[in-house]
Amino acid sequence: MKKSRKSRSHAFVPWITTLALLVLWQIIAMALGSASLMLPPPTAIANSMVEHYDVIWPNALQTLYTTGAGFAFAVVMGMLFGLAIGASPLVYRAVYPLLIAFNAVPKVALVPIFVLWFGIGTVPAVVTAFSLAVFPIIVNVATGLSTIDAEMEDVMRSLGASRWDILTKVGIPRMTPYLFASLKIAITLAFVGSVLSETIASNEGIGFLMQAASSRFDVPLVFAGVIVIASMAVIAYQVCELIEGRFTHWAKRGK
Amino acid sequence: MSMSERFADSFAFQNKGNPAATAGLETEPSPDNEPYVDLRNVSLVYGDDDEQMLAIDRLDLQVREGEFVAVVGPSGCGKSTLMKLVTGLLQPDGGAVFIQGQKTTGPVRSVGMAFQNSTLLPWRTTLSNVMLPFELVKPHRQRLRKHYDEYRERAMRLLDIVGLKEFANKYPWELSGGMQQRANVCRALVHEPPLLMLDEPFGALDAFTREELWLMTQDLWLKQRFSAILVTHDLREAVFLADRVIVLSKRPGRIILERTVDLPRPRTLASTYEPGFSEIVTEIREKILEARA
Repeated sequence: MKKSRKSRSHAFVPWITTLALLVLWQIIAMALGSASLMLPPPTAIANSMVEHYDVIWPNALQTLYTTGAGFAFAVVMGMLFGLAIGASPLVYRAVYPLLIAFNAVPKVALVPIFVLWFGIGTVPAVVTAFSLAVFPIIVNVATGLSTIDAEMEDVMRSLGASRWDILTKVGIPRMTPYLFASLKIAITLAFVGSVLSETIASNEGIGFLMQAASSRFDVPLVFAGVIVIASMAVIAYQVCELIEGRFTHWAKRGK
Repeated sequence: MSMSERFADSFAFQNKGNPAATAGLETEPSPDNEPYVDLRNVSLVYGDDDEQMLAIDRLDLQVREGEFVAVVGPSGCGKSTLMKLVTGLLQPDGGAVFIQGQKTTGPVRSVGMAFQNSTLLPWRTTLSNVMLPFELVKPHRQRLRKHYDEYRERAMRLLDIVGLKEFANKYPWELSGGMQQRANVCRALVHEPPLLMLDEPFGALDAFTREELWLMTQDLWLKQRFSAILVTHDLREAVFLADRVIVLSKRPGRIILERTVDLPRPRTLASTYEPGFSEIVTEIREKILEARA
């Protein structure tokens, strides 16, 4: 009884801090007065959201679509590459240095190339989201696979397990917490990628909307865009965490 | 019900269709009986070309069928390497390893292994962990799906013997260290392998739990009569469990003492304080001290 009341009150804490932050923001923005053009108060942002609902909605859907597509593609490719790299030392040696080099390239620098290849709009946004999201998935899947306990492998081999048996019975289950941890990072990176690409080269999506609003000095609308992106990212993150809890309850001790 | 009573229960049906077990407590093999494990003049070199190290030097070791052999020695004497050689996980650089007269060329099938770390899979329940060998060892792996209940029953019976029945559906991290190690030994034995390899299986446990698990291991051995090789640095453990104790020298490992332990079975914890027991332990200890010097 006592415990449940405690955990319920704990659930409220993040909302309270959010609310406090908004109130603080409101106070600062009002104190700034006319200078608040550059930092509109939350009420003005909310106003703008309601007012431009019809513009925000389709653009938000577009961003969700490009992010989702890039993310899904990244999960599939990330798992394939990760499995190959983690399971085979040869593939690891051949591919891993290239992957590190690829990851070191600032993805902003790639967007113009993607635009040259795919034109502007949906495709470069999906590709940019993919290119940002895929790396942590590959690394984590490969790590999860390649760190199988040597003694566990001995036990399996002395029971007559094939490499396939070891992969499916030890490697893949062991890898799942690593995979889900990487999905939470990957989904937020996918949002970064799609908005980045939309800002540079698109005529739809939240990134484009913010770019357009900023050029018209519609600062509340720019902030409205930020809020929308942030909310979508938080929700996507929560969904990933929910799925993670389903599949890897064994990795979370206690409780 | 105490643990020993449970063991007594399990003995009631142990001997059915198992002539090796009905032979009783005698460990004397018939003269024509070839050894189950036979290491002939085995050497193993560790390391690359420029930094070679002899881990095991021309070692001869025989383990008869149903015999319990303990290997002790100073740390770094190649005890664990010996385990890998016997199970075929490592191939010797010199000499050969024979299992039932067959020269090993790869991992020996259906050997039970238990290590110091319990190596239970954390995403599986205790029962599912113990049933892992059925998913891998022939012919069980082909039969498991059709006869699942029968196999489950077998695993549960074993868990019951070691007092883990109530924990069958718990995950490894919900068990204490001693329970995990019991489950670990169960997993090594559930498919009734002819050979059990124990690599310091109780090394990480407290003294009381360790002694409890000695009794468990002895009773399981009396019941199933597998051949066993136990690697340990606990001399009392070695003398308590084994028919024969082998002392290895420090690297490169060579046998410097073979001591038959002819104490009657089943041995009790009280018997470990009797003069006969202490005498053997002292004798081995002195030999090891000599080897370290």
